[in-house]
Amino acid sequence: MIDKADQIFVLLQHWLISFLPLALQQPAAVLIGVIGIISVFPAIFALTTVFERKGLGRIQNRLGPNRVGPFGFMQPIADAIKSLTKEDVVPSTANGPVHFLAPVGLVVAVFMGFAVLPVGRNMVLVDMDAGLLFFFAMGASTEVSVFMAGWSSRNKYSLLGAMRAVAQMISYEVVLLLSSVAVVMITGSLSLTKIVEAQNQYTGIFPHWYIFTPWGLAGFVMYAIAATAETNRSPFDLPEGESELVAGYHTEYSGFKFALFFLGEYLAMLSISGLGTTLFLGGWSAPFSFLTFMPSWFWFFSKLMLSIFVFIWMRGTLPRLRQDQLMNFAWKFVLPFTLLDLFVTALWRFMGEGLLRWFVCSAILLAAYIIMGRIAMVRKQFGPRSYRYAE
Amino acid sequence: MLGEGILKGMAETAKNFAGSFVSKERLTTVEYPEERIAPAENARVFPFLVYDSENWEKGLRCVACQICEKECPPKCIYIDKSKDKKPDYVGKQQFYPTRFDIDISVCMSCQICVEVCPFEAIKMDTQFELATDDRFGGLLLDREQLAKSNEYYHELHPTEAAEVDARLAEEKAKVEAKAKATEAAAAKAAADAAAKTAAPASPTQAKPEGGQD
Amino acid sequence: MTAIFYLIAAITVAGGLAAVLLKNLVHCALAVTVAFGGIALLFLSLEAQFAGFVQILVYIGAVAILIVFAILLTRGSDIPKDGVFSKTWLTGVAIAAAVFAVIGYAVINSVNAIPQQDAVPHVTVHDIGLALVGPYVLPLEIVALLLTAATVGAVIVAMHEKGGSE
Repeated sequence: MIDKADQIFVLLQHWLISFLPLALQQPAAVLIGVIGIISVFPAIFALTTVFERKGLGRIQNRLGPNRVGPFGFMQPIADAIKSLTKEDVVPSTANGPVHFLAPVGLVVAVFMGFAVLPVGRNMVLVDMDAGLLFFFAMGASTEVSVFMAGWSSRNKYSLLGAMRAVAQMISYEVVLLLSSVAVVMITGSLSLTKIVEAQNQYTGIFPHWYIFTPWGLAGFVMYAIAATAETNRSPFDLPEGESELVAGYHTEYSGFKFALFFLGEYLAMLSISGLGTTLFLGGWSAPFSFLTFMPSWFWFFSKLMLSIFVFIWMRGTLPRLRQDQLMNFAWKFVLPFTLLDLFVTALWRFMGEGLLRWFVCSAILLAAYIIMGRIAMVRKQFGPRSYRYAE
Repeated sequence: MLGEGILKGMAETAKNFAGSFVSKERLTTVEYPEERIAPAENARVFPFLVYDSENWEKGLRCVACQICEKECPPKCIYIDKSKDKKPDYVGKQQFYPTRFDIDISVCMSCQICVEVCPFEAIKMDTQFELATDDRFGGLLLDREQLAKSNEYYHELHPTEAAEVDARLAEEKAKVEAKAKATEAAAAKAAADAAAKTAAPASPTQAKPEGGQD
Repeated sequence: MTAIFYLIAAITVAGGLAAVLLKNLVHCALAVTVAFGGIALLFLSLEAQFAGFVQILVYIGAVAILIVFAILLTRGSDIPKDGVFSKTWLTGVAIAAAVFAVIGYAVINSVNAIPQQDAVPHVTVHDIGLALVGPYVLPLEIVALLLTAATVGAVIVAMHEKGGSE
């Protein structure tokens, strides 16, 4: 019974394809999986937009939207109708094909990333040997479409916003990859299903999630920072915030194309949270050993929604970072710390089981964090302002 | 330590988020057309004319002195003085406005007309839901729309209205006392004159009528 | 399998041709990105997962961006007035044909040198990793050194520019 609830979607898929002849069964199984992904994740996206608006509202001492539907939860339907019926304004000097293909490229690349996430036990669309690498490859392809969007608008400010967005995404891509490499080193495989299975063990009631290890905690924090920057989320949303101030790379898009950019951004947030959950938070495994009776997909989606709430929380709390502060932070603090984290992970691996490795690894990481924090904070001395050209 | 500020900030927003469900001071939003906040006592939006008795025409305090028309910075008040006079609250004969229009699309709510009126005739209202789709005169309020009773004034600004009433009553009492004194003096003079000429003295002075019925 | 191969080959060749025939330079850069994608698909169709994904990650995710940044920062997006073909295009075609002939000869003869295998060798990422730190560790370190030198050089050039403009 518990097993059935856990595997209910897999059983549903098998039952549906049993109606087809044997030759068509494999493609039909994949098709059903694809339909599942295309229906579930945009639904979560719609829910995320409502949660974001209401959550930000509550943080800012106000209610969010509360007129459409019960407590405003039908708001995404109103937004969808609005974006579908708005006039699609394309600047006359814009580069036609590139302008059209940019949002398409973004959404396609982001949807591909969902194919390797293990949503539950036996619930991966494609179980690839190099699944993690595939995910990052798809993430890298989004940068090209961001650039295409900015350049094809024939707008200086769009182009500037796009260049900044791409520079930010490339810098934090390195951090993202390196913090995931630590996980790969310990697990010994790039396949996401193996990574989750390695975390699905329990000592006593506590799980073996990587976030509960010193290198895993540091890696998770670095991964979270890089994920926030990759998806242009606050406090790293300068490319997007410029939309509000001057322009951004999706300023010349209206109606459905803008909705596609919006969809692409939020889906990227969901997929990168999903990957973070898989790598550090144990994917679909339950937090305590006595909670394994609940279905695995329930745990995955709970952790995903928890990550989304933390994203929304950070957006409501932190002011935006300036472009140079952002880049300094990436190359001068986060990247060295990630390299140190790799070193500590290797130390962890080769020290063998026992209490000693916990102390040593935690001590190294904590010391490095405090020292680097002091260096980073001491550097900016506020003295009298000096001018380069005014003297 | 690095990151401490971020954590403190996140704790504050979490308190805000959780508190917005339970306490009123963390959720200060009022869902507007269903709930409204009562305006403060010295709130001001657009002027209105005060009248004393039940009949707005008879009791209108405004005597068409046109001071507010001249002092109004954007010149949004239009007054026509009458040709005849009618008695005011102390009984003195005064002019009255046959036309008193305020263009509220121009009025900037500066309250200067209220400050300069010597007769406490124009005061500030707090009604702001005056939007209309009649663009050829819907925002030009005339005498009848502007005239509101003294009881309404008491409802809006109780302390102010009480002060104004006290002052007006004082004025009225002074005028009446003066009138009584002059009447007594005149009666005495007439009695003296009558005593001198031995002709019956007839009271020719009409008693001043009170404004408040 | 061959139908898929022809399709992917068509995409790659079309991308490559577009990259040299289009007038707008940024369009050319985007077309070469399509060609990179085609090559990645070829790798994937040969079950070389690692090579295919690294191709996408590195070429499309980084090299293509580098190319477009270089185009934009050097004002190369102006459309050339007298067409994209130079006057000596015949010589260019002859040289390209010669290079292609040499490479083709080498590839075909090398295939003949390796004995035909019936099964496609299944190379996992694990095997690639072992190979990189085992027999091929020297090329790995040399490439790493080269990349470090390139990075340091780029930083020095950028710093000099910043220092020179003040």
